[in-house]
Amino acid sequence: MMLIPCPWCGPRDESEFHYGGQAGVAYPADPDALSDEEWARYLFFRDNPKGPFRERWSHSAGCRRWFSLVRDTVTNEVLR
Amino acid sequence: MAERNSPLGGAADRLAAVAAATGGAVTVAEVPFLTQLNVRTRPSGDVNVLQLGPDEWLVVGSSASAVGAAVDVSAQRTTVAVGGSRVLDLLAMGCAIDLHPRVFRVGDCAQTTLAHAPVIIWRRETEFWILVRSSFAAHLADWIVDAAQEFTAGD
Amino acid sequence: MSQAFRTEAGGLVDRGRALAFLFDGREYEGHPGDTLASALLANGVHRVSSGIRTGRPRGIFAAGVEEPNALVQIEEPFPEPMLTATTVELYDGLVARGLRGRGRLAADPDPGRYDGMYAHCDVLVIGAGPAGLAAAAVAASSGARVVVVDDQIRAGGSLLGTGEHLDWVDRVAAELAAAPEVRLLTRTTAVGYYDDNYVVAVQRRPGLPEHRARERVWRIRARRVVLATGAHERSVAFAGNDRPGVMLAGSARTYVNRYGVLPGRRAVVLTGNDSAHDAARDLAAAGVEIAAIADLRDGWAITGVAGTERVEAVTLRTPDGIERRLEADLLLVSGGWNPVGALYSQAGGRLVHDPGLAAFRPDGNCRQALEVAGAAAGSYTLGVCLAEGAAAGRRAAEAAGLEAGAIVLPEVSDPEGRPPLAVWTLPGGDPATAFVDLQRDVTVADLTRATGTGMRSAEHVKRYTTAGTAHDQGKTSGALTSGVIAELLGVEVGALGVTTFRPPFTPVSFAALAGRNRGMRFDPVRVTALHAWHEANGARFENVGQWKRPWYYPREGEDMAAAVLRECWAAREGVAMMDASTLGKIDVRGPDAAVFLDRLYTNMISTLAPGAIRYGVMCRPDGMVFDDGTVIRLAEDRFLVTTTTGNAAAVLDWMEEWLQTEWPELRVHCTSVTEQWATVALVGPDSRRVLATLAPALDVSRAGFPFMTWRDAEVAGRTARVCRISFSGELAYEINVSWWDAVALWEALLAAGAPFGITPYGTETMHVLRAEKGYPIIGQDTDGTVTPHDLGLGWAVSRKKADFIGRRSFSRTDTARPDRKQLVGLLPDAGSLLPEGSHLLTGPDETAALGHVTSSYHSAALGRTFALALVRGGRDLIGQTLWATLDDGVTPVTVTGSVLYDPEGTRRDG
Repeated sequence: MMLIPCPWCGPRDESEFHYGGQAGVAYPADPDALSDEEWARYLFFRDNPKGPFRERWSHSAGCRRWFSLVRDTVTNEVLR
Repeated sequence: MAERNSPLGGAADRLAAVAAATGGAVTVAEVPFLTQLNVRTRPSGDVNVLQLGPDEWLVVGSSASAVGAAVDVSAQRTTVAVGGSRVLDLLAMGCAIDLHPRVFRVGDCAQTTLAHAPVIIWRRETEFWILVRSSFAAHLADWIVDAAQEFTAGD
Repeated sequence: MSQAFRTEAGGLVDRGRALAFLFDGREYEGHPGDTLASALLANGVHRVSSGIRTGRPRGIFAAGVEEPNALVQIEEPFPEPMLTATTVELYDGLVARGLRGRGRLAADPDPGRYDGMYAHCDVLVIGAGPAGLAAAAVAASSGARVVVVDDQIRAGGSLLGTGEHLDWVDRVAAELAAAPEVRLLTRTTAVGYYDDNYVVAVQRRPGLPEHRARERVWRIRARRVVLATGAHERSVAFAGNDRPGVMLAGSARTYVNRYGVLPGRRAVVLTGNDSAHDAARDLAAAGVEIAAIADLRDGWAITGVAGTERVEAVTLRTPDGIERRLEADLLLVSGGWNPVGALYSQAGGRLVHDPGLAAFRPDGNCRQALEVAGAAAGSYTLGVCLAEGAAAGRRAAEAAGLEAGAIVLPEVSDPEGRPPLAVWTLPGGDPATAFVDLQRDVTVADLTRATGTGMRSAEHVKRYTTAGTAHDQGKTSGALTSGVIAELLGVEVGALGVTTFRPPFTPVSFAALAGRNRGMRFDPVRVTALHAWHEANGARFENVGQWKRPWYYPREGEDMAAAVLRECWAAREGVAMMDASTLGKIDVRGPDAAVFLDRLYTNMISTLAPGAIRYGVMCRPDGMVFDDGTVIRLAEDRFLVTTTTGNAAAVLDWMEEWLQTEWPELRVHCTSVTEQWATVALVGPDSRRVLATLAPALDVSRAGFPFMTWRDAEVAGRTARVCRISFSGELAYEINVSWWDAVALWEALLAAGAPFGITPYGTETMHVLRAEKGYPIIGQDTDGTVTPHDLGLGWAVSRKKADFIGRRSFSRTDTARPDRKQLVGLLPDAGSLLPEGSHLLTGPDETAALGHVTSSYHSAALGRTFALALVRGGRDLIGQTLWATLDDGVTPVTVTGSVLYDPEGTRRDG
């Protein structure tokens, strides 16, 4: 049971959170300017590194705020 | 005209019986029909709510964003007051956060889960107030009554 | 003869009380403080079980959780399979039998109560032996919050087995038990070590009344952990090393000192280290004749063990190579000591081989906030254990920002010892009887076969031979297995390593893990304000997400079909009402609320006038339908949106995600008001008259209160918001009042509607009514692969808005192709009720499916059965025949449009 640092509520059990996948994947500014392939890349493709990974979490059972952190996917350590 | 009905109005006797059964180790009662106003704004620093009149309150803080929202959620949740000498153990059976008085002081509150139900836990002078969504109230009350069996007096 | 092997005095059992128990059908007696194993040994019973594969007799090998052999099935008071006799605390009336391998689960539900508890502490000490007690005492002296767990019935750890310094143990334990911020949990085994110092421990709580939990799972979050889990002795692989009467030397010492039990009358000792000499000394003092001590370091060995049910004689080979046969009923073995590293390994730490120790020990470099003290760290002398424990406790207190005081430690002088010798196998005899894993019956011969096939990794050999995979998790066999493999491969054991340890450290019952989260408490049940009324009036309930919703209300003698036909008829021909309170409700407000909703919904929301209502569809960015509901515009900057029952939380999360992560510039706030409002749907041609009775001030005329508008009004004397919307195609209203007023409203509607035969209806009728109109249910008629266009909701997809979530995907090749699965109606030609999920084929003998049935009902209004289905290119198949699969064949169905009832919409305005 990871302890995830919510910036507003402090560290809480991971079961209080929703996972939001890779951080920094912005909604394209102009979807119509993208080819089908580029749009599919936005929809369906995400990094899956072994090691540090910047990802999004939402404290769904608490303040419902979204935030990003860097987690080592091997050790589950929250790096920052 | 029928009276108003609170989520745990029908469970009052069952809740009251817990204190007797546990010799006061656990006390539990609904605090119904509280006014609850959900305010969405973003003040920082020292935030206070001032009473200006019988029907007027003012939220004061530094650099509050002007845009906010105030929504009446009085019936969205009901309140369950739990207390007694073993209340910390009772809550620890279903709540993963640390409620030790060194960490969670009088006046502190936390939004979390208790008995798998979303709740707001608020520590008051002598007891905890559990603000629970009305639809989960019966589940939580059943859970508390069941958990309190562990503290039944006489053995 | 009762307890013939009990010593005259000594030990920590309560000799003043006798406990009667039954083992393998025979009556015995023991004392409080005994385990089943010590009580059996006190009665001269060594053989407990048989090898799972070989069937060879097996005895009691150890004295604690490491026991690989003495598997028992508890029969009374409640069946429990596969416990070890060394961990079963003796109680009066215990009935057990020996097991060969697998046990038997109870056929009846366990009447016992189990629960769980969370705990938080500055310091968690695992193990209350000398190192753990010293750590706990020092940490506690600082005022830190300390939890100590230990699997035995009392603190002391290895000191219980040696009988030393028990006065110090008792004093420290009493002080810890009395300290306000310390929780000393005996009979509690730490079974799992997870991320961020989260440790799960199982506490046994015998002797409590039935309403209290007999086992409790502790979920402990610790700022720091001190692992003081001690060490387990290991055996040596030689022929016949599995015979009853072969016992770990340290365990025999424990039986003598702690339980006052002689494990035999005449013993031979085989050892590669000093500890077995201490054991021999204690056994001799208690009256066991020590026939010989064969110290491997001096060149002694064992070449044969005689006896099948019990050791009868042991053949020794002297350093001079002379074989001598000695009569003995006990063969004590010490192949060395393994630090108990399972939890360290679970925590992410590595175990490294220490040649000086002749064992694997924690490398001291774990990423979690823990440290290891005492024998668990490879320190085997008492003075060092105490000092390490005290230091660990001090550091843990400091880490919590507290200062530890001084504590009194017993005065000990650690003797100078000879270094241990690691010996894995002894030559001679049949390698197929030289066991490494007694519980899995894995021998040196098996390992030889594995390495002979070319396996070079301990993990591979483990999986091939099953060594270390039994429920003892290889506690006595893991290092031995690695040692033998290394010997076979001719490599250093340190280079080979040991296999990974995984939770649980000891077996845990499912009942304990479930705790109180079973039955109705497995998942919260959500109910509406009207639940008590529904229950009192005979409703059958349906689970929708966590909600209990009335499914239908059978009258006396009615089955479900009859009740639903009656309820449908009332809604179509008279007036009916339903509790619709479970719909999710979200208050959306702020100057940019309309812009926000325009981006979330596929249709245009910003053009909605205050006072009006619009149906809306939400998609994911991939264009698939996510949720639907109504949007009510309360004011220029205020909306109330409804969601499906199961998706309320998901939709609110969805809104927050976009607001917080993509559009923080939008001035919008969303607040859940699902339970603030109770909602009653009032449906049917007579609904207008019922509403008019209760809301005399409200203009309910067609022109005065048109379709898709809302009014604030007083209904039955309560503040209400009335919406003229319909999920049935009939004239209908949804009346919203405060949760507190729901019962009053419901009862007023029943009274006012009585002259019109008002009929409460449940979700089944709601489903039939909406399906007759072709209204899809998100989650029933959709599965995350369905676009609004597939559902025939293309009219709800804006072509004017610059963008909204999902829009770009509608022009993707796959989303735009014409042969996607589309929602259509089906009329079974033979009138049968199609099973939901039934596949739809192009011919009776075809096997490729064009789609499947998503909803299927009897219709009162149509006078027949019908269904909705997702069918590939379905709208082009209207009028054609498909074949639906049944359990025992196929049946023809005619494809129709999805709107089967009142397609012209003539009934909507009453």
